[in-house]
Amino acid sequence: MIAAIPISLEVNGERVETQVLPRLNLADFLREHLHLTGTHVGCEHGVCGACTVRVNDEIVRACLLLAVQADGGSVQTIEGLSDSGEVDDLQRAFRDRNALQCGYCTPGMLMAAQDILKQHAEPSREQIREHLSGNYCRCTGYQAIIDAVETTARLRRGGAS
Amino acid sequence: MTERAARPEALSVLDQPNSYIGKTVPRPNLDRLMQGRGQYVSDLELPRMAHVVFLRSPHAHAKIIGIDTAAAKKMPGVIAVVTGQELASFITPWVGVLSHLKGLKSAPQHAIAIDRACWQGEAVAAIVATSRALAEDAGEAVGVEYEELDVVTDMRTALEPQTPVIHAMLGDNLAFERIHSPGAVDQAFSDADAVVEAEFVFGRHTGVTLEPRAVVADWNPAEERLTIYQGTQAPHMVQNIAALHLGLEERQVRVVCKDVGGSFGIKVHIYADEMATYALSKLLKRPVKFVADRVESFNTDIHARDHRCKGKIGVKRDGTITAFEIDDLTGIGPYSMYPRTSAIEANQVVNLVGGPYVTKNYRARARVVFQNKNVMCQYRAVGHPIACSVTEGLVDLAAMKIGMDPVEIRRRNLIADDAYPCASSSGLRFENLSHHASLNKLLAMMDYDRLRAEQAELRKQNIHRGIGIASFIEVTNPSAAFYGVGGAKISSQDGVAVRLDAQGSVICQTSITEQGQGSESLTAQIVGSVLGVPMARVRVILGDTDNTPYGGGTWASRGAGIGGEAALQAAKTLRKNILDVAAAILQTTPAELDITDGVVANSSDGAPRIELKELARIVYFRPDTLPPGIQPELMATRHYVPREYPFAFTNGVQASWLEVDTETGFVKLLKHWVVEDCGTIINPQLVDEQVRGGVVQGLGAALFEKCIYDERGQLTNANMADYLVPMSGEMPDIDVGHVVSPTTESELGAKGAGEAGTAGAAAAVANAVNDALSPFGATITEIPLTPQVILTALGRI
Repeated sequence: MIAAIPISLEVNGERVETQVLPRLNLADFLREHLHLTGTHVGCEHGVCGACTVRVNDEIVRACLLLAVQADGGSVQTIEGLSDSGEVDDLQRAFRDRNALQCGYCTPGMLMAAQDILKQHAEPSREQIREHLSGNYCRCTGYQAIIDAVETTARLRRGGAS
Repeated sequence: MTERAARPEALSVLDQPNSYIGKTVPRPNLDRLMQGRGQYVSDLELPRMAHVVFLRSPHAHAKIIGIDTAAAKKMPGVIAVVTGQELASFITPWVGVLSHLKGLKSAPQHAIAIDRACWQGEAVAAIVATSRALAEDAGEAVGVEYEELDVVTDMRTALEPQTPVIHAMLGDNLAFERIHSPGAVDQAFSDADAVVEAEFVFGRHTGVTLEPRAVVADWNPAEERLTIYQGTQAPHMVQNIAALHLGLEERQVRVVCKDVGGSFGIKVHIYADEMATYALSKLLKRPVKFVADRVESFNTDIHARDHRCKGKIGVKRDGTITAFEIDDLTGIGPYSMYPRTSAIEANQVVNLVGGPYVTKNYRARARVVFQNKNVMCQYRAVGHPIACSVTEGLVDLAAMKIGMDPVEIRRRNLIADDAYPCASSSGLRFENLSHHASLNKLLAMMDYDRLRAEQAELRKQNIHRGIGIASFIEVTNPSAAFYGVGGAKISSQDGVAVRLDAQGSVICQTSITEQGQGSESLTAQIVGSVLGVPMARVRVILGDTDNTPYGGGTWASRGAGIGGEAALQAAKTLRKNILDVAAAILQTTPAELDITDGVVANSSDGAPRIELKELARIVYFRPDTLPPGIQPELMATRHYVPREYPFAFTNGVQASWLEVDTETGFVKLLKHWVVEDCGTIINPQLVDEQVRGGVVQGLGAALFEKCIYDERGQLTNANMADYLVPMSGEMPDIDVGHVVSPTTESELGAKGAGEAGTAGAAAAVANAVNDALSPFGATITEIPLTPQVILTALGRI
């Protein structure tokens, strides 16, 4: 087996210096090495979006990226976004609209939702549906999620709830 | 006499000031899930925990000649490599039958296959290592010599004499057969002006819970106790089964279920690999974790719905339906699942076909056959989508045949809203349904006449849109009639314990479980409302056999109706106990007191008398100050099970509005409407979201989802890229309306809502597609409605 490789990166604002096997993907690294279990593993091949995290300000599938590829980078997970308060309003909208049931897709869904909210001040329902199409939810039927994202966009524009 | 005393207690719950019943309030504890602080089993780590990977048969049917584990045992991190034979001394095999399903047979199934693998994906060996990755590495070093056997894949030929018998001991491949024939069916068909027949084909699909099945089993030899952390809908059932097959008493098994990443019926069964994990923990005397990967999920999570159902309907020119007839065939894999069996879905199909309609003339046969594919069993809305699609498909075909509008034929045949109580042609007893009120509400919501006009207008522009309607009935609140009478140790009753803590907050332990439906919320809403305590001060504990009353859990739309009623009754008792103590402290009578917002107050003028916090302080810390003879009981437990009706049937109706691209065969869902009647609504938002989520699972079945097997029994699309589930971009907005007919069997009056969406969605879509294609004379009675199916029906390919 190939030996572990040293990596150095920033995760949720904290420096991480460690050694990982080259085959270790970022999702398993976050979950098993850093115990950041908010990043979920659903399909293990980049389809379901449950493992969506932010690397260098872009959302990526943590199951499709090797941990060594994040060397030198900055990773943000749902734990980081929650603790910093960046998605407070989005989480409130999800709660008020019951936009989650089992909650397994939710961290990835919030990541993808925050991504479109940063790109578009006034996304249409179609745009929101399109942007979240890479994040599977088996519980809600999506409508409540779309509603919550739409509401958050409106509130961020200074609209009434 | 005070006003309160003059009113029967039965009315008080829904009349409480500040009641949460019928109100949209956010579910407690959602922040945990949204912040990535959930506690799913796949997140769990325990000291000394090992990971198991199962080596699975690549063949659908093969004799296991030998297994060479020597090389694998030397691989890094490997703790043990265990075969079925070796594990058999730790866990006994099982047979998935129930005595009330007469004639149902199955063969003994082992935790890990011994001698023979019967489907592609059946485990043949377990590799336990310090990490999942190392166990997978070692799995590649296990040598298994197979001798391939003939496979049985096509259910249509499974019973033919030349087809090999999968389990010789059973004599044939027929697991179960039910024949039902009430009324004068032949006469009814000959009385009809038209008879229409069709064969309805349903793709085999599966639940695709986003969190795969996961279990950590922790045998502690010092305590002689097994703790099972598992994402399950039925902790006490798991406790019973694990104990039974490991040779333990139930008291030696604790099942803990925290957050569950989706269930939908997938996680209500006992799977062989989970049983093996329990046994491996016992064998190795340390925690063992199994998390299915996605390929394993597709190959081993139960599949459902693989039915071919021939249907026949008789109709008179005035629209009167004279009879229904079905002949249903389903293939369930090589074993009947344990302990709920794989005959329930076909049995439900027989029960439910024709259920919304008046005619009593009904003939049915259902046959359940073995095959070398993954096991099939109960998935959300068991049998309902089959029965609804067959029934509603036939009704639409009959309407088309006699040139009647699909709404009109339903109006003429749906059981009248004032006809209850009554029974269906298959003997189902209906307490109180509302088919006509629901249909009327649906038509108003969708503006049916305007939509028909729009459809006609667009057809002139060669745009083909369709409207599909589907009425349905739904089994909820199952009594012991579902499983208990057949001998399964699956409780149909649930229990709730409620207690006042020393600061006047409430702790509530319930035997129902939470997988996102809102069990915790509805329990807190009911308890808070009945007690007069803010929801924020009610803490609900569930999913732990050591710390909840005994009960069934959450499945078959039973949580609100059964667990909710137990919560109501427990809270009522605690309320009475609190008022008794308060009256003693305040030297008045309980009838003169009420509890509002956590304060005991005069029922006459609402003047506050004593806070619950103060009452609790006196009871717990200064009982010496209470009058003699008073023994406060600030904890109450109540259980509930429906006894009068075997099931609390609900009903509803759905409509789909869609467009078919006749060039590409793609279907675009434009809008979907549902009206359903689940009785008392505890939280409108939660009910609506159950319905919407259920609809989308039904839409997946209608358009996308299918486990595709080849002729050798190989599942060819066992991953999320090739097995399609609904994505947000292709789902429509869904409008949900309600008619409310509470069950009078319970004080709460709640029936279930979890199956409703899934029950009728595919039928509505299929009817809408056929409506859209009617100018082409094409009729499709097969789902999923893929572009290939549609273009084939149009004669384009």
